[in-house]
Amino acid sequence: MPRASLFVPCYVDTLFPEAAQAMVRVLERLGVTLDFPRAQTCCGQMHVNTGYERDARPLVRHFVDVFGDADVVVAPSASCVATVRHAYAGIAERAGDPALAAAVAATTPRVREFSEYLVDDLGVTDVGASFPHTVTYHPACHAVRLLGVGDRPLQLLRAVDGLHLRELPRAEQCCGFGGTFAIKNPEISAAMLADKVADVLQARAEVVVAADESCLMHIGGGLARQRTAVRTMHLAEVLASREGVAA
Amino acid sequence: MSDARIPLPFHEAAPAALEDGQLRRNLAHVTHAIRAKRADATAELPDWEALRQAGKAIKDHTLRNLGTYLRRLETRVEAAGGHVHWARDADEANRIVRRLVAAEGVREVVKVKSMTTDEIDLNGALAEDGVVAIETDLAELIVQLAEEPPSHILVPAIHKNRAEIRRLFLDAFDLTPDQLSDDPAALAGAARRFLRERFLEARVAISGANFAVAETGTTCIVESEGNGRMCTTLPETLITVLGIEKVVPTWRDLEVFLQTLPRSSTAERMNPYTSFWTGVHGGDGPRHFHLVLLDGGRSATLADDVGRATLRCIRCSACLNVCPIYERVGGHAYGSTYPGPIGAILTPQLRGEPRDGELPYASTLCGACYDVCPVAIDIPSILVDLRRRTVDARRAAHPLPAADAVDAALRGAAAAFATPRRYEAAQRLARLGQAPWVRKGVLRNLPGPLAGWSDARDLRAIPRRAFRDWWRDREAARERGGDPA
Ligand code: SF4
Repeated sequence: MPRASLFVPCYVDTLFPEAAQAMVRVLERLGVTLDFPRAQTCCGQMHVNTGYERDARPLVRHFVDVFGDADVVVAPSASCVATVRHAYAGIAERAGDPALAAAVAATTPRVREFSEYLVDDLGVTDVGASFPHTVTYHPACHAVRLLGVGDRPLQLLRAVDGLHLRELPRAEQCCGFGGTFAIKNPEISAAMLADKVADVLQARAEVVVAADESCLMHIGGGLARQRTAVRTMHLAEVLASREGVAA
Repeated sequence: MSDARIPLPFHEAAPAALEDGQLRRNLAHVTHAIRAKRADATAELPDWEALRQAGKAIKDHTLRNLGTYLRRLETRVEAAGGHVHWARDADEANRIVRRLVAAEGVREVVKVKSMTTDEIDLNGALAEDGVVAIETDLAELIVQLAEEPPSHILVPAIHKNRAEIRRLFLDAFDLTPDQLSDDPAALAGAARRFLRERFLEARVAISGANFAVAETGTTCIVESEGNGRMCTTLPETLITVLGIEKVVPTWRDLEVFLQTLPRSSTAERMNPYTSFWTGVHGGDGPRHFHLVLLDGGRSATLADDVGRATLRCIRCSACLNVCPIYERVGGHAYGSTYPGPIGAILTPQLRGEPRDGELPYASTLCGACYDVCPVAIDIPSILVDLRRRTVDARRAAHPLPAADAVDAALRGAAAAFATPRRYEAAQRLARLGQAPWVRKGVLRNLPGPLAGWSDARDLRAIPRRAFRDWWRDREAARERGGDPA
């Protein structure tokens, strides 16, 4: 029986608990034994990306303390996974702390984004979901470019019963969130969001799906402000759905 | 770099640029067109990724042995009858060029490939001696006539449309409205007639260059219009200003870049004109050749472990064309010769930090620039590293008070995330504290730095139960043997 530890990034924990709950339902349905180390807090992505590396150092240390013993760590947020896998080593090195560097090197290769875990570790693309709706997929920048998840999320979506997938025009364009970028340069961020929202509407889907809740928070915020009926859902929520299937 | 054109900070310049609808349409149109063509032009080569890695390796090797190759270049150029001058910074480079121009006693010089000279504001320096520098690249000429800095590395007039260009030409070339339409061919023809006269009269030309080959002391310009060739062959004296990172060891190395540069920049298999010149030759081409080797912050960049990769850049501009930020605000908002992603990392390093701490923040770190870069510069990582330095430098200068609201929020958040107990307390506090801003389950009109968010987007209110609460309750129910939630 596979075992995995849940890494639920702070903003998912606080703002979008249903995404993490859905991830739990999918993984348990597939027979994975899960644990949630309650001591976890935040990976420090926002700090690292904004240049507050010194503030992120204790968070890096805390992360490897919490997850050092885990077999595999699974998270519903590509950008947080990317931070752990790509930024942590450099931070530990610059901190001049060999013990921390060793802990980081031992822990971070075991951290997976949700779709990577399903396709690579479990070897599953059909999770037995049923979701009879029109869906379009936004390939979050960090998922595609930093983690290289490729079409794994699409493989998973294509296997969902009843799901109708529509292509998102200019899909690979950034939605304009960029963490503190949305706060520091709100006008450019809003202009990028406006284009993304227009593309989503052009796809004529009921739901936008992504493997990163932070992009969805941004895109969803734009869609809601325009009072459109299009919803955002994390990949895990679609995969957890069993609409019309007897439980 | 020159301080003469100290621009607005990015966060102020960018919104102003955004409001210019025509600018945004022009930019979107051109960048998307080049973007698509570039993708085709690179996909055509089965070994594109290998070429990209080769380009990276050649540049890294050259940079590690830069002193050796520069000295070799100097020796070969001198052996071929040219003169080499070393310039530590912009001032020194300008002084050298001014002296050389003054010795020729001319009032007008023609110029091509002006980016490096723009970096040091050579035109401004020459103007102090009453020397007019005429840009001969069509797009450079357009922005020069508009009295604006270039807005793009490769397409400096990317932000101008035909009607705007026609108006500039009517004035500059002294034409009546019926003498010039806004047909592109007519516009190019008018510029051509104007430039021909300049070329034939000019005794001194000033150029940049794309590459310099150390083994033979040869300088290289790639271009589309042929004006560069005019500049490097017609005048008696040719002065080339070259950033020291542009040297390559051998002709074989050049082969890689002559494939990757045109495909990355103009999406052409080969650029229409590739000009090489080596020193001087009796009765053919310039009689005097001067090569000014410019450091201008490059040695300092070279000394930096992370930043060094920036010097691999071959100025193809592919990263500008895919950058969603550049696409929205154009080149001027960056306030630097080099705009877009490369500008955001190159400019602060050449100028010396912590000045220009804003440019590295002009990115969402989406990574599109890294994907297209023909020498595989990991621009996002360098951006993050420069942000780190900016923050560290600011803190060293002002240890205690937070610089701004974002600074305060990030420091506060880091403290709150330090332990699970504090984290959960902060979570509860946020849930309670949001009440004044919640309307129908949505956070509206958020205060302070968050206003920028809530101006254009909704944010759902923080739900009653966090994931960890759900998990705890579920575990508890399981232990009681009850039905899991
Ligand atoms: S950084 Fe790379 S993509 Fe950008 S201009 Fe330089 S070589 Fe081209």
